[in-house]
Amino acid sequence: MEAVFPKPRIPEEEYIYSGHLACPGCGASLSMRYALKALGPKTMVVIPACCWSIIAGPFPYSTLKVPIYHTAFETAASVASGMSAALDQQGQGDVTVMAWAGDGGTFDIGFQALSGAAERNDNILYVCYDNEAYMNTGIQRSSATPYGAWTTTTPERHLKDRPKKNIMAIMAAHQIPYAATACVAYPEDMIQKFQKAKTIRGMRFIHLLSPCPPGWKIPDDQSIKVTRMAVNSKAFPLYEVEYGEKYRITVEPRNIPVRDYLKVQGRFRKLTDDDIRNIQYAVDKNWALLQKKVRYSE
Amino acid sequence: MKDVMLGNHAASHGARLANVDVIAAYPITPQTLIVEKLSELCADGELDAKFIKVESEHSAMAACIGAEATGARAFTATSSQGLALMHELLHWASGARLPIVMAEVNRALGPGWSIWTEQTDSLAQRETGWLQFYCENNQEVLDTVIMAYRIAEQVLLPVMVVLDAFILSHTNEIVDVPDRAIVDSYLPPYQPEFKMDVNDPHAFGGLATPDNYMEMRYKIHMAMQQAKDVAVQADQEFKEIFGRSYGVVEPYKLDDADYVIMSAGAMTSMLRVIVDKYREKGVKLGLLKIKMFRPFPTEIFKKLLAGRKKIGILDRDISFGATGIFFQETKAALYPEKKNGMPAMFGYVMGLGGRDITLANLEEMVDHMMSHDEPEEDSVWIGLKK
Repeated sequence: MEAVFPKPRIPEEEYIYSGHLACPGCGASLSMRYALKALGPKTMVVIPACCWSIIAGPFPYSTLKVPIYHTAFETAASVASGMSAALDQQGQGDVTVMAWAGDGGTFDIGFQALSGAAERNDNILYVCYDNEAYMNTGIQRSSATPYGAWTTTTPERHLKDRPKKNIMAIMAAHQIPYAATACVAYPEDMIQKFQKAKTIRGMRFIHLLSPCPPGWKIPDDQSIKVTRMAVNSKAFPLYEVEYGEKYRITVEPRNIPVRDYLKVQGRFRKLTDDDIRNIQYAVDKNWALLQKKVRYSE
Repeated sequence: MKDVMLGNHAASHGARLANVDVIAAYPITPQTLIVEKLSELCADGELDAKFIKVESEHSAMAACIGAEATGARAFTATSSQGLALMHELLHWASGARLPIVMAEVNRALGPGWSIWTEQTDSLAQRETGWLQFYCENNQEVLDTVIMAYRIAEQVLLPVMVVLDAFILSHTNEIVDVPDRAIVDSYLPPYQPEFKMDVNDPHAFGGLATPDNYMEMRYKIHMAMQQAKDVAVQADQEFKEIFGRSYGVVEPYKLDDADYVIMSAGAMTSMLRVIVDKYREKGVKLGLLKIKMFRPFPTEIFKKLLAGRKKIGILDRDISFGATGIFFQETKAALYPEKKNGMPAMFGYVMGLGGRDITLANLEEMVDHMMSHDEPEEDSVWIGLKK
């Protein structure tokens, strides 16, 4: 496992206060911390209904040192587009407008608004922190929930029987200037990607795998380790795509079996050996496809 | 400068003269011409605004919310299904105290598909915290858009400027288009006290516990109450500068009237004709035009309607299972005074889905009111096929 990027210093400045309302081991709060370290103070955050509606603190408090706009579930992208237009009119085009939504607000209910903003190439940074289910409402399946996962709406006798929606392929198909995956287990890689996104004008999309101890049924001190396994098993490869065609893998996975990643999570405890073989097959196929895209880019 | 233009284009020019910064809109018949014109005006450089061509009305309102929250003056326009789709965000805009202005072209809701005029779409949004102004002609549309920003930005609530499908939206009339410089003297730039600003960071719209929520709602209600006076002042000052005034309600031959008919929107022009006709016959009939529906001008209605014998209210809308909505609202406003000489009230539903409202329909309405002593509980439907 070797990072393609040279290791940057993680900026020391903090833009998130202590005392936020996230669960112990939450990937979403740590992700925000890294994202803002990379983006700096000239950032505005749009938060639709998601865990972060709570993490950010109730009125009149704020967890962040940058402005926050809370908005309706399906509107992160379109509210951000409006903000970006207003800033352009005011000559403040250097401010980063970051929409920060969960997988429900991105893959499902906010999908139309996201696609609209992407197709228009609006000047926003859209970040999806994907914890792979509706965690804020108590763990219901979303279209980001992986095949075979338990949730309260895919109970153990009816585990999710459809694969996770490939949001990166969809965003790449919009031919936006920049799309990338990242996760808290590789903070240097994540910060590089946010810093790169900040310098690009137009639509930028970052897909974060965001561990959720209560939803994934993992101990809260295992978030980083499990997320690292997601990358190393290739279940969640770390890569970037420019203009929908230039693919680059940014962290080479260590090549562990996907079984290792699944077996440490309670949400996958009912999977049979056959299920795991099917998942491994799908992971291998997706990895091969990604490698093809990388080769095609060269 | 006088020009001949459609009601829709009068709305577009109102937005141009208000010097809006951001427009976000989605096409829907019969509104589309409003934003087509604005798109042209932006492209030609006549209006320095960002036009976001969103993928739905829901996103149109969301983008207006984002823009307005960042200190820009935002505008959109919609109609019917589009307005219904926006519903959630209408609440968000008022709850966030954003003075967005929207032109709303009244159109019936499906099914069956109808593109024709009816006021149920806008009236169904009465609880969303938006001010609503209904227009009678194209000049009033242009002037009301300008006044709407003035009022909205004073009370920090959004405003809907409402016009009838086709009867106004697609009909040419002579419209006096004021100079931008004069409008600027009437409408100062939008400078909100709080906005999304990296130099002064705040969190907006976060979780409001039961400890705080109720006061937020009370403040919206108080702002609505304040808007009653603000709207009257805005109209009076508009008159001083531009020589035109509409009032929040407009009495026509009302002074000595025993009988009063009421309506909002374009068909009010026909009621003027009816009033004249009955006056010729010696009937003391008067008209009260409803321009402002939210906030509801209760005090003005009480003052103007006390002591009349009968009132007939025309509704081009229906609240299923209740009555016409203007009828309901007016009854509710006057009810506590009923025992103190308030008039008998009659409700009439007609013209739904764009069915023509004829002079004969309106005479039928007045004759019904004159010939009945006791009102019926339900609105009377006029012009129904047998």
